[in-house]
Amino acid sequence: MITLNRWRTPSIIPGFGLTAGYTVFYLSLIVLIPLSVLLLKALNLNLDQWVALITDKRVLAALRLSFVGALVAGFLDTVLGLLVAWVLVRYSFPGRKIADALVDLPFALPTAVAGIALTALYAKNGWIGQFFEPLGIKIAYTPIGVVIAMTFIGLPFVVRTVEPILQDLDRDVEEAAASLGASRLQTFAHVLLPSLGPALMAGFSLATARAVGEYGSVIFIAGNMPGISEIAPLLIITKLEQYDYNGAAAIAVIMLAISFTLLLAVNIISRKSRSGAP
Amino acid sequence: MSVSNATREPRWVQITLTLLALLVLALFLVLPLATVIIQALSKGVDRSIATLENQDTLSAIRLTLTVALISVPLNLIFGLSASWAITKFTFPGKSLLVSLIEIPFSVSPVISGLIFVLLFGLRGLFGPWLIDHDMKIIFALPGLVLATVFVTFPFVARELIPLMEEQGRDEEEAALVLGAGGFRAFWSITLPNVRWGLLYGVLLCNARAMGEFGAVSVVSGHVRGLTNTLPLHVEILYNDYDFVGAFTAASILALLALVTLILKTALEWWHRDELASSRH
Amino acid sequence: MNKIIVSLVASALVLGIAAKTQAADSVTLLNVSYDPTRELYQRINDAFAKDWKAKTGQTVTINQSHGGSGKQARSVIDGLEADVVTLGLAGDIDALVQNGGLVAPKWQSHFANNSTPYTSTIIFLVRKGNPKGIKDWDDLVKPGVEVITPNPKTSGGARWNYLAAWGYAEDKYHGDKAKVEGYITALLHNVPVLDSGARGSTTSFAQRELGDVLLAWENEAGLVIQEFGDNFDIVVPSESILAEPPVAIVDKVVDKHGTRKVAEAYLTFLYSPEGQEIEAKNHFRPRDPKVAEKYAKDFPKIKLFTIDQKFGGWSKAQPEHFNDGGTFDQLYAKR
Repeated sequence: MITLNRWRTPSIIPGFGLTAGYTVFYLSLIVLIPLSVLLLKALNLNLDQWVALITDKRVLAALRLSFVGALVAGFLDTVLGLLVAWVLVRYSFPGRKIADALVDLPFALPTAVAGIALTALYAKNGWIGQFFEPLGIKIAYTPIGVVIAMTFIGLPFVVRTVEPILQDLDRDVEEAAASLGASRLQTFAHVLLPSLGPALMAGFSLATARAVGEYGSVIFIAGNMPGISEIAPLLIITKLEQYDYNGAAAIAVIMLAISFTLLLAVNIISRKSRSGAP
Repeated sequence: MSVSNATREPRWVQITLTLLALLVLALFLVLPLATVIIQALSKGVDRSIATLENQDTLSAIRLTLTVALISVPLNLIFGLSASWAITKFTFPGKSLLVSLIEIPFSVSPVISGLIFVLLFGLRGLFGPWLIDHDMKIIFALPGLVLATVFVTFPFVARELIPLMEEQGRDEEEAALVLGAGGFRAFWSITLPNVRWGLLYGVLLCNARAMGEFGAVSVVSGHVRGLTNTLPLHVEILYNDYDFVGAFTAASILALLALVTLILKTALEWWHRDELASSRH
Repeated sequence: MNKIIVSLVASALVLGIAAKTQAADSVTLLNVSYDPTRELYQRINDAFAKDWKAKTGQTVTINQSHGGSGKQARSVIDGLEADVVTLGLAGDIDALVQNGGLVAPKWQSHFANNSTPYTSTIIFLVRKGNPKGIKDWDDLVKPGVEVITPNPKTSGGARWNYLAAWGYAEDKYHGDKAKVEGYITALLHNVPVLDSGARGSTTSFAQRELGDVLLAWENEAGLVIQEFGDNFDIVVPSESILAEPPVAIVDKVVDKHGTRKVAEAYLTFLYSPEGQEIEAKNHFRPRDPKVAEKYAKDFPKIKLFTIDQKFGGWSKAQPEHFNDGGTFDQLYAKR
C-alpha cells in the first residue's frame, strides 16, 4: 500500500491503495492471466510459421476487413450515437422513453439472431435491401453488410457513454457563451463538444474494439467469401476446425496487439487533449 | 426549471434532429426487433407458446438469469473500484490501465471462451488438477460465469470513468476537508453524482451478460437443461429448423432486457425531483 | 467483499459437482451430438429409456448436447464428459482418438456398418418447378447457375457436399485430376456466398432467395420443406456420396462414470428395428434391410460411393482437401 501511495501524486482523497490494488488484482485474475495463456499458445509457432501466417494474403485481407470495417463502424456510431443521445436528453417528444429503452437492444439480442435479422432486412428481398437493389447496391453478403452489422452492435456504447455527461452538463456555461454573443453552433463546437470529447472518444474506442472481435452477427450478413468478405475471427474458427489451437491463438494475438495499440492511442490522445484544454 | 432561448436550437432544427435520430433508431433497432418478433409469431401464437412452455426453454431462462445475477455484481464492484482509483488520483500509466480494462471488448468472443478452455480444460494448465479434485469449471456454471464476467468486464468501469472525470474531485475534497471519512464521501457525494451513469453501466452489462453467445458457447458444452443458456438454446432451435422456436426464445431475451429498462424508467420517475435538482 | 466472491465461487463449484452424483437405480448418459439431430434423439432417447427400464428396471436419463460437429468434438476433447458421441463425420471422432486418447483407435469397427447406424446422402434442392432445369452435377457448373453450399472450412456438412461433387467428377472424367479440379473450380465459381453452417445456407437459399440450387443432406431437405413449405423441389442426382454420421463410446468417460454397459446398449439400440424406424421417420436412411424396404418410397434409389472407396477415409480426405493449403483453398483462389 505504501509503495502504491508513493507512486502517485499526493491527494487528500483516501482509498487509493484499496481501489487501485483491487482493480489491478481483479484485472489480472479475470483478464490478464487468462489472456497470457493465449500468448503462450501462440509462442508454440516457430518463426517460419509466424512469417507464413503474417504474409498470407488471406489473413491480411481478413485483418484489413475487420479493422477498417470496425473503424468505419466506430466512426458512424460516434456521429449517430451523439445525435441520438442529444435528442434523447435535450428534446422531449412522444415516445422518448420507449426510444431510450430500445438503445440497449443490440446487446440483448443474441448476436446470431441480430445477424439473421439484419440479413433479412438488407438482403435483396428484404425491407431495406429492396430499395438498394435497383440502384445496383448490394448490402448483405458484401463488406457493406459487415460494416452495417458492426455499426449495429456498437451503437449503444456511444449513446450510453454520452447520455450521462449530457444530462450532467451545466446549462450555465452554454448560457454564458450565448450571452457573450456566441451562436448556437459556436457554443456547440467550442463549449459542448470539448466537454463531450472524452465520452465520445470512449464510445468510439469501445464501439470499434467490439466491432473488431465481433463474430456472431457479422457471420450471417458477410457472405464469408475468402479475401473479400471474410473477417479475421472467422479465420480463428477455421483454424480451430482443424484442431490447430496454436494457429488460432496466433491470429488472436495479432488482433489483440493491433486492438490494444489502437485503444492505447485513443486513450492517450483523449487524456492529452483534456489536460491541454483550459 | 426554465431554459432560456439562448441555449435552445430553433424549432426546425429540433424537429429535424429528432426525426433523424428516430430514423437511426428505426433502421438500426426497431426494424431488426420487428423482424424477430414477426418471425416468432409467423406460425401462430400457439407454436410460440409451446416453445415457452418447453422445459428446456425454462431451464435455459433460469440459467441465463443465474449467470447474469452473479456476473453483474462482480463487475459492478470492480467498476466502482476502478473508476475511483483512476479518476480521483493522478498516477503514471493511467492510459495503459484504462486500455487494459477495455481489452476484453476487442477480444473475439470465441477467443474469450477459448482462453478459459486453455486454462481449465482437460488438457489445459489447471485441467489435471481440477480432475484430481473432481471439480468442474468449464462445461459447468463457473465456466459460464467466468466467460460472461470476461466479456462484460469493462462496462461499468468504462461508463463511470468519463463521467467521474467530468465531475472532478472538488466535491469529495471539500467533504474530506470538512471532516467526512473517505467511505462517507464516496457514499454521500460520489455515488449520488454518478448514479445515472452507474445505472446505464449496469443495464448495459446486464443486457450483454444475458445476450452473450460466442464466449459462452465455447465453455458451455450445450447440454440441454444443464448448461444451455438462452442464447445457446436459440442457436440449437435455429439449427434444428425450428424457426418459430428460435425467434420466440430470442424475443424472450429482448423482453428480459426491456424489463430491466422499465425498472430504470421507474427509478428515474421516482427520483425525478432529485434528478431535476441534482446539478446545483 | 472478498468473502462474498469466495462464497459465490464455492457455491458455483458445488452446483457443478452436485449435478454429477446419482443413485444406483438410475443412470445418466450424456450424448454429444451434432446439428440437426435434436428431434431424432428426443425420440430415440424416449424409446431407449422405456426399453432399458423394461429390461433392467433401471431408469436412464439421457442428456443431450447439440452443436457443429467439429465444435462438439473439441468440447469433448477439452473435458465435456460425453459417454457417447454421435457426430457428423468420422474425422471428428478420429480427433478424439488423436487428442487425449478418449476413444479407442479401433472404434469404427466396434459397431456394425462402420459404426454408422443410419446414413444420408447429398441431394439438390431447387426452386419449385425447377426453372433452371437442374438435373445432375453437370448442371451446377453451367454459367448463370448459382449454387448455395456452406463453407467447408467451418461446416462438416459442406465437406460432404464438396466430396460428393469431387467423387462425381472423378467418375465422369475417369480420374483425370486436372479435369476434376477444373470441374470443382467451375463449381466454386458459381457459389455466391459461403455461410458458416448448413443452417445459414438454407436460410440464404429459402428466405433470402439467393441462388438456384442448394446442396443439402437428404435428411435436412425433409426438414426444410417441413419448415418453409412446399416452395421447393428435391432433385436427386445420378450419383452421390454415402454420408455416414458415426457413433462411438467415449471409453475414458464411460470407464470413469461406470456407464459402459448402458452406453453400449444405447448405441446398439440405434441398430434395433425400433431405433431404425425412428431414424427412417426422421429422414435418415436406415441400415436394416427390412426397415429400409418399408420406407423405400421415402428414399429414392441413387448410386452411392463411400468416402473410404474414393478418398481413403477422413484421415486422408481432411488434410488433402480441407486443411489450410488443401484443394479447397487452392481451387478457390483460382475461381
